[in-house]
Formats: sequence, structure tokens, C-alpha cells
Amino acid sequence: MLTIEGVKKTFHPGTPHEVRALDGVSLTIEPGSFVVVIGTNGSGKSTLLSAVAGSIPVDEGRIVVDGVNVTKWPDHRRAKLVGRVFQNPFAGTAPSMTVAENLSLAAKRGRARGLGWALNAGVKREIRERISRLGMQLEDRIDNPIGTLSGGQRQALTLLMASWSKPRLLLLDEHTAALDPKSADQVIRLSEEIVKRDRLTTMMVTHSMQQAAKLGDRLVMMHRGVAIHDFSGAEKARLRPQDLLARFEEIRRADLLDQSAAAMLSRTYV
Amino acid sequence: MLLFIGALTIGLILSLLALGIFISFRVFDFPDITADGSITLGAAVAASMIVGGAHPAVATAAAFVAGAGAGVATSIVHTRCGVNRLLSGILVMTALYSINLHVMGRANVPLLSSRTLASMAEDVGQFVTGADAVNIAGWMTSTRDLSTLFFALLIAAAMSVLVFSFFRTDIGTAMQASGDNDQMMRALGVNVDNMLVLGLALSNGLVAVSGALLAQYQGFADVQMGIGSVVWGLASVIIGEALVGTRKLGLVVTGAVMGSVLFRLLVAVALRAGLNPNDLKLATAAFVLAALVFPGIVARVRGRAPVTDVKK
Repeated sequence: MLTIEGVKKTFHPGTPHEVRALDGVSLTIEPGSFVVVIGTNGSGKSTLLSAVAGSIPVDEGRIVVDGVNVTKWPDHRRAKLVGRVFQNPFAGTAPSMTVAENLSLAAKRGRARGLGWALNAGVKREIRERISRLGMQLEDRIDNPIGTLSGGQRQALTLLMASWSKPRLLLLDEHTAALDPKSADQVIRLSEEIVKRDRLTTMMVTHSMQQAAKLGDRLVMMHRGVAIHDFSGAEKARLRPQDLLARFEEIRRADLLDQSAAAMLSRTYV
Repeated sequence: MLLFIGALTIGLILSLLALGIFISFRVFDFPDITADGSITLGAAVAASMIVGGAHPAVATAAAFVAGAGAGVATSIVHTRCGVNRLLSGILVMTALYSINLHVMGRANVPLLSSRTLASMAEDVGQFVTGADAVNIAGWMTSTRDLSTLFFALLIAAAMSVLVFSFFRTDIGTAMQASGDNDQMMRALGVNVDNMLVLGLALSNGLVAVSGALLAQYQGFADVQMGIGSVVWGLASVIIGEALVGTRKLGLVVTGAVMGSVLFRLLVAVALRAGLNPNDLKLATAAFVLAALVFPGIVARVRGRAPVTDVKK
């Protein structure tokens, strides 16, 4: 469903701030699979997601979604195929518009918008029904501005919006990192439910080892702009948070070793 | 009484300017200075066409198209050429000054002897009532003035309903949301740049129609008539928001119309009370400044942060 081939991205090239965020990432995601991406800070995991969503252009490589090469497409064009939930719970909704209006905007994702009424009776009924399925007692507040809701509530609605018309690919970008633990749990539970129910191909970036171990059927660990580990099937199912922490510790040691080796070499030769 | 009716009529005509400013400043948060030029453009296009023999309704429609063109120019300069928002408006406004002179062929086009929408409304009014003056609460009021007032009211009402309805459609809600949260709308498959082009076209089209109607009402188009329009429109929108006390769309649109009328009445009263007409723009600017700054000061005195929109 998603093929990433040799994708490279360098920020601020040719300056002292040069950062090689993606250093030739390749990854193929099968239809219906739920891939969790973890990595250290600056490992490029969020950049990878943004590259797939089209909000940053890549320097090299190809991105193919559902058989379509979208590498050169701007983000609004990719939205036809891709649904997205942001880390910032305020980024996914228009605060001054009502809950119903926000959802009606999402119901038309990637399709032509004309002069039909945005909120006709049929649309409104469906919105009410789908919101009530969230089980968050929000169905009576659909005419309130969405800005009056809490971050957790807004993130749950953003999730509903991103998955509304069953995108070919659902991208979750650390979408619970800015929420309190209780809301985060709720949003994670909803994500799991929706992904399972609609069998959505999903790519989720997270900081949380618990989420990484518990969710999804495949786990990709990123470091320094490349995918260094890729667990799937029974191997993924066996993974526990401690195992992931151990892997990160390995990476850290290897880095330290690199550094001390570099220091030794420079002492000897420079 | 004449002063009162005149102020009401101009207030209603300028409510289209306020609706245009509402779209650029409030929906998109885009400080679009183009309006200063496009109101004159509308007046120039309509007046020249009327003098040239065109039907005044056609001339007014043409003013909308011309104004929309100016809006497209500003938005293209901003979105495609990456010029700062304020500067794109200033560039187009400045260019429009020459264009307006070319359209009119001189600095001023009189319409006093031509058939305009205003004179047509007067004829209809006289035909219906069959009298030159009507008694309103003891005041003998000229039928002509009343007919133009009624006509302006109809236009303002129709345009507000149109604008309100537009923001209830799929494309209208998408436009509103693009101004509110562009990142979200890109993720929902909307080209926010194109939305801005459409929005500023609509905004400046309305502003130009306002100019076309104003020229027909006052009997001339003048190359200087647009100066200060943006601040004027903004004052109307701000008064409107204070009147309705909410950001709810239907009320805000109504508020912009009411604000425009009320502001015009205030100006009429101030002038009547002895305000030097030369000080009018200074007073308007001071008023808008106060209206922008005052809520923040009140909130600080009360010990809480001013209520502002959530920014991404």
C-alpha cells in the first residue's frame, strides 16, 4: 500500500546547521498492516511521516501510495489517499467552527467541493451517529465551536475526521504525546478500534514504548535517518517495552563507542 | 431628516464594503489593502460604462468582475510570488490608482444626467406612491430619497443573505476553515492558496460593487474616493462585532451591515455637531485603534489574558 524507496532529506544543506534527517530510508507496507515507528530524538521518524504526507519535499527517492507515485504531489493532493492526525491536538481542527462543520469538511476530504449545503440533514445525521459511536458523549455538542472542547476530545474527533472516508493510508504522528495520560489512553483505544474495524493501513509514530509494544503488527525502529530494526509477525508480538529499551541502550552504547573511538583516533593521529 | 436618510443609505451601500473587509480581515486574517483601490475601481468601471450607455445593472455587475480581478491580482502576488501579505495589497492598490485614471479617462466622471440604479429606484418609488413627498411621523420626506434608501436596504439584505449562504456551502465552509487552520485544510485535500484567491476575489468584488453603487448614489466617480476605505470597513466590522457580541457567522454578517450603518450615522452626527470634515479620517483611524487596543487593556485590568483565537 505504501512503498518508500531510498528517501533522503537534508535540512539546511551546506550550512553549519545541516541535518541529515532521512538517509536513504526504504520501507514497504502491506495493505491492512499497522506499522509502529519508534526512534530516538532526531532519528527522522517524524520527518519520514511528513515526507509521506507530503508536507515536506524529499531530496531523493520515491514514495508510492496505492500504486501511485506521489513523490512530487503537494500535501493537499495526497490527502485524497492519506488521512492524518497531528501531534498537536489543535492542529487538526478549525477552532471557531462547530464540531459538525469540522466533520463535514473531513467527510469531503480529497473530493471536489461545490455549492451544495455543507450540513444537510443526511450529513448531520451521519455525523451525530458516528460521533456517538466514539462513546464520549459529544453527540449533543455538535453545534458548539470545536475550540471549546478539550485536547483529548479534539484529538478523538481529528482521528474520526482522518479516518472518515477510509483513507488508503492513515498517518498518526505522535498523536497522543500532547495529551494527559487518561485522554491518551482513550485516543489510543479509539485508534486501535477504528484501524481494526475499517482495516486501515496505518503508520504510527510514537515516543511511548508501551504503545509501541502493544499496538500494531509490525515495528520499525529508526536511528540517524535509517530503519535499523524491523520486527513483524510473532517476533513483534513477543516484544515488550523492556526489549525495546534494551535495543535503545544498545544503540546508545554503539554511539558512545563511536564517539570514544573517534576521540581515541583523534588523540592518536591529530 | 434628509441627513438621517442620506446617512442610512450610504451606510447600507458601504455595508458591502464591510462584508468584503469581513471576508479578507476576519475569515482569512489577511490585511487586504487592495480594497482602497478596488472600491474606486468599481466606481470607475460602473460610471464609465453608464456614461457609455450601458445598463446600470450591467455596469454594476461589471464592477464586481473588475474588483474580483483586483483581488485575484493581490492573492496571486502573495501566493505565487511569495510577497508579504500587506505589501501585495499595497502594490495592487498603487497600480489600481493609474488603472482607475485610465478607466475613467480623467479624475472625475459625473453621472448626474445619466440613468443609474439610484435614479431608476427613484422612478419606481414615484410611480408606486404617485407623490413627490411622503409623510413619515410628521416629517415630509422626499419619495426619491426614500426609494433609494429602500433600494439600498434590499441590496444590502440580499448580499448579506448571499454571503451568509455561501459560507454554509461545502466550498464556503472550506474557505472559512482555510482561514482558521490552513494546515488542517491541506491535510483534508484543500488547496489553501486557491481558497485565498477565491476569497479575495469575492471580497474585492463586493467592495467594488459597493463603490459602483456609491458612485451612482452620489452622482459621480472620483479617483480619490477610495482613500481610507479599508479603515472605514474595518471600523464597521468592529462595531458590528461589538453589537452582536459573538463570532457566530450569521450574526457577524448582520453585525457588519449594522455596524456600517451605525458608523455612518455616528459620522453624520459628529459632522453635524461641528467635527471638521478634514479630521474625519483621523477620527476614524483613532476609533479603529481604540477598538483594537481597548479589549486587551480591559482584559489586563481584569487580570486575565485577552480572549484570542487559537493560533497554530
